[in-house]
Amino acid sequence: MSLPKATTVEVRLPSRMGYEKVAMGTAAAMAKLIGFPEDRIEDLKTALAEACINAIEHGNRGNEKLSVGVVLSAGPDQLEVKVIDDGTGMKTQPARPDIDRKMHGEEDPRGMGMFLIHALVDEAEWVAGVDGKSSYVRLVIRLDKEA
Amino acid sequence: MQSETKSHVDQLTSPAGHPVTVLRFEGDIASTSKDAVLGTYQALPKNDAKLIMLDFTKVDYINSSGIALVIQLLIEAANAGQKVSAFGLSAHFNKVFTMVGITKYANLFPTQPEAMAAL
Repeated sequence: MSLPKATTVEVRLPSRMGYEKVAMGTAAAMAKLIGFPEDRIEDLKTALAEACINAIEHGNRGNEKLSVGVVLSAGPDQLEVKVIDDGTGMKTQPARPDIDRKMHGEEDPRGMGMFLIHALVDEAEWVAGVDGKSSYVRLVIRLDKEA
Repeated sequence: MQSETKSHVDQLTSPAGHPVTVLRFEGDIASTSKDAVLGTYQALPKNDAKLIMLDFTKVDYINSSGIALVIQLLIEAANAGQKVSAFGLSAHFNKVFTMVGITKYANLFPTQPEAMAAL
């Protein structure tokens, strides 16, 4: 089975930690159908997990009445993923994490999610929603990254 | 939804005859894993455990909150004068640990025998 052009799959997750794994599984299945190699599928899973966790924790502030939307759009050689929450969006990008500063107590040990997203996919952009709602992060991972 | 993190401790002896404490993890390592990761580490007798190994062989999923717990463990180990190494990470999480700089403070090995041989 292969995907026709511009196939879209949508998933709605409860704002509850752990449900990011549902999005990971769905994205991995789509990426496999497109023909992504295993290492790129693992990159996608981790980046998407971090985007969903941010949406649950920061966008929806853990409010279980709100859901996180995940829209996966497959093209012939790429997968685009939008992770949508009810937050106001990112105002500023956090600084790149510094392991030495973390080890010396000068920086919080947490705060690596955004760094991992940027590092593992080909494109990542954060878009603030109108009226302070429906903000999203858009990720693109391409099949030919190693080419 | 997240798989509960299980952990247990094994005591081994290095090829040079030094005691090695191995923390073996199983399941997901995420924000809910604090007791399994830090709690297990903090319960170790600090004077006896100078060589620590972290076994990730049975761990499938680690997110940024889980990585932060590993870094907290490394901070406490450094303050206690302990040497930490890790083994059993998948190729992907080996790459992720390297990306975030953990390899500056803990050596990573594919398997337990390779980690033991390096002591």
